[in-house]
Amino acid sequence: MQPVIELDDLTVHFGEREILKSLRIALSGRIIGLLGPNGAGKSTLIHTLLGFCPASSGTAKILGHDIRAEADKVRTLVGYMPENDALIADMTAVSFVRMMGELSGLTEEAALERAHEVLFYVGLGEARYRQLGTYSLGMRQLAKLAQAIVHGPRLLILDEPTNGLDPAARTRMIKLIHDMKDSGEMHLLLCSHLLRDVEETCEDVLILKQGRIVHYANLESERRTNKRFVEIQTHGDDAGFAEALTAIGCECSAAGNGRFKAVLPEEFELREIYRVAAGRDLQLRRLNYRRDTLEDIFMKAMEV
Amino acid sequence: MAVHKHTYKDYTGPRTPAWSRFLVLARFGFARVYHLKFLFLFSIGCLFYPLVCAAYIYLSHNPSFLALFSIPADRLPHVDGRFFYFYSIVQGALAYLLTAFVEPVLVTPDFANGAMPLYFSRPFSRAEYVAGRISVLLILLSLITWIPGLVLFAIQSSIEGWDWMTGNLWLASAIVSGLFVWIVVLSLIGLALSAWVRWKIGAGALVLGVIFAGAGFGAAINSLMRTNYGALIDLTQVAHTIWSYLFRYDTGTEMSLTSAWIVLVVTCVICLWLLAKRIRPFEVIK
Repeated sequence: MQPVIELDDLTVHFGEREILKSLRIALSGRIIGLLGPNGAGKSTLIHTLLGFCPASSGTAKILGHDIRAEADKVRTLVGYMPENDALIADMTAVSFVRMMGELSGLTEEAALERAHEVLFYVGLGEARYRQLGTYSLGMRQLAKLAQAIVHGPRLLILDEPTNGLDPAARTRMIKLIHDMKDSGEMHLLLCSHLLRDVEETCEDVLILKQGRIVHYANLESERRTNKRFVEIQTHGDDAGFAEALTAIGCECSAAGNGRFKAVLPEEFELREIYRVAAGRDLQLRRLNYRRDTLEDIFMKAMEV
Repeated sequence: MAVHKHTYKDYTGPRTPAWSRFLVLARFGFARVYHLKFLFLFSIGCLFYPLVCAAYIYLSHNPSFLALFSIPADRLPHVDGRFFYFYSIVQGALAYLLTAFVEPVLVTPDFANGAMPLYFSRPFSRAEYVAGRISVLLILLSLITWIPGLVLFAIQSSIEGWDWMTGNLWLASAIVSGLFVWIVVLSLIGLALSAWVRWKIGAGALVLGVIFAGAGFGAAINSLMRTNYGALIDLTQVAHTIWSYLFRYDTGTEMSLTSAWIVLVVTCVICLWLLAKRIRPFEVIK
């Protein structure tokens, strides 16, 4: 499978300061989350992929096209929804989206038709003849999304798409992201500070810290592989059970009402827990692996 | 019921050639300008003086009209370099006002709400952006400056005959070159200054102010320093100097033609530098 984004020793400087440091990775998920603390280089990476910032060394490819040698081709394939306010206040939504479509190479007729289609699609159909300056923040976000998809991009870059949205508008945006993933051939790169948004939408996650890649993983397999943290529910006299688990090498804490949390050591056999419980005549009602949340994964990556 | 399906569809249709994309910006620019009635009426009003000139050329060659009002034909001003020099001054001034009105309407909204990343995340370059924006003004200003000037020249030629036309072809080239240079300078000034101000009225005032202020400072420098170098920062003086040379009409200006051209070139270079600094996909905050 061809990678969506390939970074090959990509380094970016702003003046003397190194913002991105020799990034080397191939991303091939359908929806990739881009995470990192402030100043990690997320926006710079997006800007570099779009050709806004020149790479000091190395290069990158989007869908197999070099961002420097084939910049126009790359921009034809990419749709970009920026983080900040980006619109022309005195244009109607339909003219604005149509113009952006034409600038992406659509013919006049196709751009007009697509403008109407995507405005209906994002939910601005009834407001498409209103000037963008009169739109609420949520509507502006949707208008930005409409202009980003009007030309049918193969890769859609969303920079903080749920910024400033109320819960209903956020839910709508997340639903649109899911819908776009499911229809057509589009890949998405979602940059967000909101871990919940990334967790709800993304399959893969790339975490940057101080201009370096500190983690890249498929969220589902990442959760699956973390089998060291178990939650146990017991029934019966559990006095001394936590101490007994600690004695066999687990880090265990009692959470009350017969519930325990344990971090298992490497190469630990689960049957040891059953053996300890049987020795104390204690029923094990439940034993679950605790799935890592994205927050766990993120915090772990930040410790690197 | 909505006729459009509420599902996302890829686009697989044809794409326009890359070279033609700047015309999209020009087309939407014209729509934006003529959406404002004032600008439409002002553009029409700018053709009043050329109409007066056309009427003058026709009537000054009409014996029955001259006889009716007992006007001696030999005492009427000739249609020559002096005639077109004053034509250039009037239409050049109107072009300047139109620039101050139009360019902020075209450019300022792009910067006021941060639309630049949207342009440059597409297969569309900074040069194409400048070409798209400046072409609107160049076409508008051409319609009120050198094109009506050439029409006047053609009317005069049709009345006076072939010999007059061949003997005065230099006038046609002076009309085109003199006024075209002026509208290029105005367009660059308008574009560069409008790109730096996020408020339309402020941008218009700045475009107006830069020439008035130049004239004022120039006059002040001349009177305080007892020199003529102050005229070099007065772009109207610079333009008048070039036109007086091109139309072979001696206005007694003390500025040399070389100095005038250098000032215009330097002005254009400064404007291009300002544009290069400002027209970027995102702002670098230091």
